[in-house]
Amino acid sequence: MENLDYIKMEFLSKSVNESFARAAVGAFAARLDPTLDELADIKTAVSEAVTNCIVHAYPGDIGLIRLRVRILERELLEITVKDGGVGIPDIKKAREPMYTTGGDDRSGMGFTIMESFMDKVRVRSAAGRGTSVTMSRRIRRRKPRL
Amino acid sequence: MKIYAEENNGSLRLSFSGELDHHGAKGVMKTVENLLDEYLPRVCVIDLSELSFMDSSGIAVILRINKRMNGMGGKAWVENPSGQALRVIDASGIDRVIRVIVQTR
Ligand SMILES: Nc1ncnc2c1ncn2[C@@H]1O[C@H](COP(=O)(O)OP(=O)(O)OP(=O)(O)O)[C@@H](O)[C@H]1O
Ligand SMILES: [Mg+2]
Repeated sequence: MENLDYIKMEFLSKSVNESFARAAVGAFAARLDPTLDELADIKTAVSEAVTNCIVHAYPGDIGLIRLRVRILERELLEITVKDGGVGIPDIKKAREPMYTTGGDDRSGMGFTIMESFMDKVRVRSAAGRGTSVTMSRRIRRRKPRL
Repeated sequence: MKIYAEENNGSLRLSFSGELDHHGAKGVMKTVENLLDEYLPRVCVIDLSELSFMDSSGIAVILRINKRMNGMGGKAWVENPSGQALRVIDASGIDRVIRVIVQTR
């Protein structure tokens, strides 16, 4: 039980905060002793979820992004990224590879990357009320000799 | 995020270094468009060996360059993505539209 812990933060949907969010989650996750690949996967998934709030949730506007990272059980990391923006009308469609409402600047691969880099991705959304993306990843425990 | 450009005989090598995310992607795209207009290369090599992080915004940049080069009757390919960038490239499946050369060492 000694490992159970969480962090919560909120920040504005400014693109400069994308690297901040990645670094903050990475620093918190480090205590689970992830491999460099695991850490890179987690940071990439966070980058996708946070970028979606910045690009899609508040078009032409700045809003709040809430981020929560929990350690559930000893080896399980759970990340929730939440916005109070426009919402996603059709979640199933939004999660399809290459589906985008973002035009030429976007590739429509964000959810696909989150899904392949995390064990589970759950999306909840309500039109006009916002979106929350919860992703989890098991970090295998390793036995350090020092 | 930094971009270095080297032209040689119609071949333009764009070397990306640092982190390529949505925050940097607009500036990157503008710089790259200007370089392509300036050199009008036949070949554009997208060198990712110094790129420490990339997400789907990087995928969009690569696809844009590829489209531009194809539109000019030229070619583009990706060289030496680092571990993280390669995982993103693999997950997105863009190696079906653009060649990705990974050096084994
Ligand atoms: N937080 C959000 N609020 C509103 N709409 C969203 C949100 N996240 C995703 N979407 C919708 O889901 C679509 C798919 O998202 P996804 O991240 O897979 O691709 P993208 O953001 O369009 O492109 P990429 O991630 O490759 O840059 C988006 O185009 C957008 O319409
Ligand atoms: Mg996205």
